[in-house]
Amino acid sequence: MNTRIEYIQMMPHFSGLSSSEYDSIKQHFYEKKVSKGEILLFEGDAADTLFFVIEGVVKVFKTSADGKEQILQIIRPGESFNDVPVFGGESNLASAEAMGNVVTCAIKKSDMEVIIREYPRVAANVIQILSQRVTQLVSLVEDLSFRNVTGRVAKVLLEYAGNGSDEKPRLTQQEMAAMIGTAREMVGRSLKTLEEEGTIRMERNRVIITNQETLMALAGTNK
Amino acid sequence: MADMPQIDVEKCNGCGLCASVCSCQIIAIVDSKAVIIPRNDCSGCRQWCTLCEDICPNKAIYCAFEVVMENTPENL
Repeated sequence: MNTRIEYIQMMPHFSGLSSSEYDSIKQHFYEKKVSKGEILLFEGDAADTLFFVIEGVVKVFKTSADGKEQILQIIRPGESFNDVPVFGGESNLASAEAMGNVVTCAIKKSDMEVIIREYPRVAANVIQILSQRVTQLVSLVEDLSFRNVTGRVAKVLLEYAGNGSDEKPRLTQQEMAAMIGTAREMVGRSLKTLEEEGTIRMERNRVIITNQETLMALAGTNK
Repeated sequence: MADMPQIDVEKCNGCGLCASVCSCQIIAIVDSKAVIIPRNDCSGCRQWCTLCEDICPNKAIYCAFEVVMENTPENL
């Protein structure tokens, strides 16, 4: 089984290519495995690698001078990170850390540039992906500007809610705080408020959403 | 065994604050590192109070939550 080509086929960057085209580009990719807590990218380092997550979850974050962390994105299997600096800038805009054991498929910037020149279809896909990144960042700006902390916690809970059987990343209160740009204590307080209002129920290490509609109203999202 | 708080031994400096606040008394300091020692009379961390995570000065303990949508008529 050629696992590398399977990885490539699940990535939106390369959708629409033929089997022979996949075959011709697969040589550029290599696998990188890391354990929980390992850093895949350091903010400020030269942006020379584009990563695709195959297994596990990666957090992309920035750290302030006083050590406060702001998570920009949680990357799940089938998604990529470091696209923006690889395609446009010179240095990594953020750091990336494995939230558990992670398997990635990586490609060097120079090799990706060769593929883009050779396959206009890939260039069109990349434009679409970069456009999605801008949309995600606009959404983050909106969260930070207009939603109160409880509303932001509500939005994170809705985004990470599973039905109990599918694989969703687990979140600590520290991680929720870093995602929404607040202190951990504020997240704890918001969860307590939501529980008192009957919107969620805390059961040991589970946050159970009991009233999705109210939570959506707090988050300012539509059903 | 039920899920337990996760300890990053690289970050842990063995200060013992986590053990001092643990509601279930399942955290101990062994060889200058925090370790989870489940008790025989229960499955371990029953409360998931997250005090250990909250108090750790090095952010070396993780108490992660799973978010689940309850299957109620309101949520369908």
